[in-house]
Amino acid sequence: MVTVSEEKKGRSLLLLFAGVREMGISVFIVFLIAAVSLRSPYFLTVDNLVYILIDIAILTIVAIGETLVILTRSIDLSVASTLALSGMIVGMTISKHQGIPPAVAVLMGLAIGAVLGSVNGLLVAKGRIPPIIATLGTLSIYRGLVFAISGGAWVDAHEMPRPFVYLSKNTTLGIPNLVLFAIIVAIIFYYFLNHTRTGREIYAVGSNPSAARVVGIRVDRILFLVYLLSGTLAGMAGVLWISRYASAQSDTASGFELQAIAATVVGGVNIFGGSGTLPGVVLGSLLMGIIVNALNLIRISPFWKLAVQGFIILLAVVSDALLSRRLQQAGASEGAS
Amino acid sequence: MSDMSENLLELKGISKSFPGVQALDNVDFDLRPGEVHALVGENGAGKSTLVKVITGVHQPDAGEIRFQGQPVTFPNPLVAQQHGVAAIYQEPTLFPDLSVGENIFIGHQPVRPMTRRMDWKRLYERAGELLNALGVKLDPRTRVRGLSVAQQQMVEIAKALSLNARILIMDEPTSALTLRDVEDLFRITRRLREAGTAIVFISHRLEEAFELADRITVLRDGHYVGTRPVPSTTTDEVIQMMVGRTLDTLFPKEEVEIGEVMLRVEGLTKEGLFHDVSFELRRGEILGLAGLVGARRTDVARAIFGISPADSGSIWVDSRQVRISNPQEALALGIVYVPEDRQQQGLVLPMDITQNITLPILREFARRGGWLDNSAERETAQEFAERLDVRAAGLWQKVQQLSGGNQQKVVLAKWLAARPHILILDEPTRGIDVGTKAAVHELMSKLAGQGMSILMISSELPEILGMSDRIVVMYEGRVTAHFTRQEATQEKIMAAATGQPFSNS
Amino acid sequence: MTVKARAVPSPSILSGLLLRWEWLLVVLLGIACMVNASLSPYFLDVHNLFDMTFHFMERSLIALPMAFIIISGNIDLSVASNLGMSTIIMAASYKAGLNIWLAMLLGLAAGAVGGLINGLLVARVRLPSLVVTLGTYALYRGVAFVILGDLVVTGFPSSFTAIGQGYVGHTPIPVPLVIFAFFAVLFGLLLHRTAFGRLVYAVGNNETACRFSGVAVDRIRIILFTLSGLMSALAGVVLSARFGSARPNIALGFELDVITAVVLGGVDINGGQGTMPGVVLALFLIGVVRYGMSLKNVPGQIQNTLIGMLLIVAILLPQFLRRLASRSRA
Repeated sequence: MVTVSEEKKGRSLLLLFAGVREMGISVFIVFLIAAVSLRSPYFLTVDNLVYILIDIAILTIVAIGETLVILTRSIDLSVASTLALSGMIVGMTISKHQGIPPAVAVLMGLAIGAVLGSVNGLLVAKGRIPPIIATLGTLSIYRGLVFAISGGAWVDAHEMPRPFVYLSKNTTLGIPNLVLFAIIVAIIFYYFLNHTRTGREIYAVGSNPSAARVVGIRVDRILFLVYLLSGTLAGMAGVLWISRYASAQSDTASGFELQAIAATVVGGVNIFGGSGTLPGVVLGSLLMGIIVNALNLIRISPFWKLAVQGFIILLAVVSDALLSRRLQQAGASEGAS
Repeated sequence: MSDMSENLLELKGISKSFPGVQALDNVDFDLRPGEVHALVGENGAGKSTLVKVITGVHQPDAGEIRFQGQPVTFPNPLVAQQHGVAAIYQEPTLFPDLSVGENIFIGHQPVRPMTRRMDWKRLYERAGELLNALGVKLDPRTRVRGLSVAQQQMVEIAKALSLNARILIMDEPTSALTLRDVEDLFRITRRLREAGTAIVFISHRLEEAFELADRITVLRDGHYVGTRPVPSTTTDEVIQMMVGRTLDTLFPKEEVEIGEVMLRVEGLTKEGLFHDVSFELRRGEILGLAGLVGARRTDVARAIFGISPADSGSIWVDSRQVRISNPQEALALGIVYVPEDRQQQGLVLPMDITQNITLPILREFARRGGWLDNSAERETAQEFAERLDVRAAGLWQKVQQLSGGNQQKVVLAKWLAARPHILILDEPTRGIDVGTKAAVHELMSKLAGQGMSILMISSELPEILGMSDRIVVMYEGRVTAHFTRQEATQEKIMAAATGQPFSNS
Repeated sequence: MTVKARAVPSPSILSGLLLRWEWLLVVLLGIACMVNASLSPYFLDVHNLFDMTFHFMERSLIALPMAFIIISGNIDLSVASNLGMSTIIMAASYKAGLNIWLAMLLGLAAGAVGGLINGLLVARVRLPSLVVTLGTYALYRGVAFVILGDLVVTGFPSSFTAIGQGYVGHTPIPVPLVIFAFFAVLFGLLLHRTAFGRLVYAVGNNETACRFSGVAVDRIRIILFTLSGLMSALAGVVLSARFGSARPNIALGFELDVITAVVLGGVDINGGQGTMPGVVLALFLIGVVRYGMSLKNVPGQIQNTLIGMLLIVAILLPQFLRRLASRSRA
């Protein structure tokens, strides 16, 4: 019988920890909440918690797209620029045509994001440009296009149709619309990643690209698809963003790609591809949201935000690397004994 | 020999050549349902090429493949798979992040008919059934990452079963397994045989072939030597068939004065790779390190050269104990290592001959401020390229444009330019033409004559016998025998290299 | 004798001379200059030509070590953030009363340490440089904001601002240009004429073979990232001296221009190939193009779009040409 012997127990424990990353973040979040609420009683009020959820809704949507890309061993740096460009185009359109219903505006955002995402997909899958370079290029191309089409001007709250602004302010069944959007997206992509063959192929491509080719997975198409989806979600997030902040500017969401990537890697998505779960990413966004909120509440200057994000990215990546190396060593020394 | 209709698969007169190598020459092989057919031979005998012909990775230049009596061609692995051919390799090719069950069904996952939704319940049920049928206690929901090699192989076998494989090829499946894991594997293999699966079993461990197989086919140098039913043959006969060539190629190792001990290795151990390896190497001596694939000879060499240092044991150079924790330190002690994988480890292919030869000793040409003295560098490169008789249009030629033999000469030139006292050669003539081979042997002899100490890893018995003053044989990470040049015979070495108990007959 | 080193001229040198990427850059640079001359009659004026270089010397200083890093098979996305951090450390300590030159040394040291951290994470922890420097990209910029918030440091002494604004004696030659020229020659010689430079190419082409040849790969990587940090800090000195001020968002987005210039200069993004003259030509090409766009009042944001396109085209074009070449050969 193939059984696990006693001396491997330590390794299984390590595995358990690696396997249930969500657990680790949850524990961390609980500690953080406890610590912050000691310093600031307002933190644990319903108002504030709902505020945090609303605050991370857009981040969660973008981070889910980023997750798909990172699962395949790639990266998408252009999400924030895509978000801004989609937001600007939709914002200018609805300010000219006030009659456009909010649903159509959202669909417009999806379509614009899909186009921008598929450009990334073509550059990476067909043009074979390293993902970081391709999306670094489109990051500035899309950002520049925001400026080009707006001429540096911005779309103001009073230029937007009322129903559109209320899209993000209203609640449905007591749940804020923005949070509802994030929940719907999370459920759809949870289903996609876990219950469709294509979803599983995304994991397979990131886990072992050459083996993926051997079993007949079309790696190029998967790469194209994840960029398409990442762009689409960022495009939708753009519409929600301008509705929430009631303005579209040329520097909308500047640097937001870092928050998305941070939420993803903190949520346990391996930057080397192949592993990571959607619940983990949602928790990752929540953690980032709580940190930002807490920094505000305990009156630490917002200027810490960026440094904390960078530090957390490095911390997550270094600990992942060290952990997986430990696992590999454990596996190697056992395999050949 | 056997009835045509009885054969599931039949290969006749298969030949396959690669540039410079005749890998298979008129080889026959047949396979019946419900048998284990072992394929044995020295390294480079053509076993892997034959397997790749059967799995559709390679297409034969000549010959015929019949499946159930009908001629077929396998233009790619997928077609072979559709005929029920599945292969399990030494290194499993799985998705570490996916579960066992998913790995078994990747590419043909069960889905619900209408929604195309993954049918996880059925996937895990069927995976569980397959694993149960194999008698493997493994939860199909566990992730593959972290499983032992043995467990991963079970997953591969289950994957083959899920594809309804009728022909299962196992290429050195036991080389990374513990004894107990091997027993499990054998139990499962026998069970598959009873169920009618035809199994091709490749192993360098002869006793395994005898324990498991119904028939044994021997290949040598790409030729078919013969097929024997197991009960009526002996280990001695099979070893004879494997090595059976007369020593027609003579290697010119000159008699030289053997001097003092230059390198002594004592109790060298690296967990999971090799254990308690000891030997000494003298001035002017060529020490042959014999063994088969998986004997861990390369790992010992790498430990001595400091690429992946050993966990315990000691190394003595010039009767001084030394610590070698990286190649720089080995170089400083006059030890160099010529790797087997020239393209990946030996050469920087896009760079030119000069730049490759001077790579380890570049500092010697650095003048004030690190300034590179190009003419001195070129002179050195020229000197050693000439000594090694590198055939090229000029030193400016990129190494990637050279033939295999000339590439090997560049690697040797590179290391000789470092003026070593101790030269470790890993399969120095693998994959190069006959002429270059002779030149390499002549050079080794000359270097030994000049007082260099050479440790030669080789899997070719004639080379070991012809070149070595003394021979150390390794098997599974341990030294199993020492021979002097006079004592050594092909049969004795092969016995020690396949883990046979040593007999002095 | 079979190796005829000097008897036959290398065909790669012959065809290389004619088909060098650098020549294409020279032609493009010529075209860009002509376009600019047609846009403004003053463009070709000597003073104007020299003054134009003020605008891109800082990026150029960073591009020199970046070329080394990309040739060695890595990338450094944190350069502009490291510039921001080291400059703010310099500016803040000056504001706190430190002598400007000591403050400058402190800034340079901070930049070197920032680079060293990148190098250690890449070489010792064996993390991909891309992820490491993406993290420090946020971290270093964040540190700049933490130190200074939304404040601006001004009031540098004129002896300091001369580094960024001044001219050499009574000539029309800007000081930053001289600094750049000095380092361009230094880095060019380091890459093409020294053992270190040779090893950088070798590591970028085949790291494994280098390790098997006893090359101290890790040390080379650490040195390169440290150099990159140091040069970023130096660029920060020049930039803050030119502006006469320092704020935390200084040099935001510079990494894009720098990487674009290096790749456009013919350095292979996958490592192993590239020349310093090519990089310098590309730096001037981008500088002249940006200057031309400024002449036509094209806003910076849109200039970035064009630079981004240039980056993608610079990578796609050689690939496309290679595919064409291999097709015509087949």
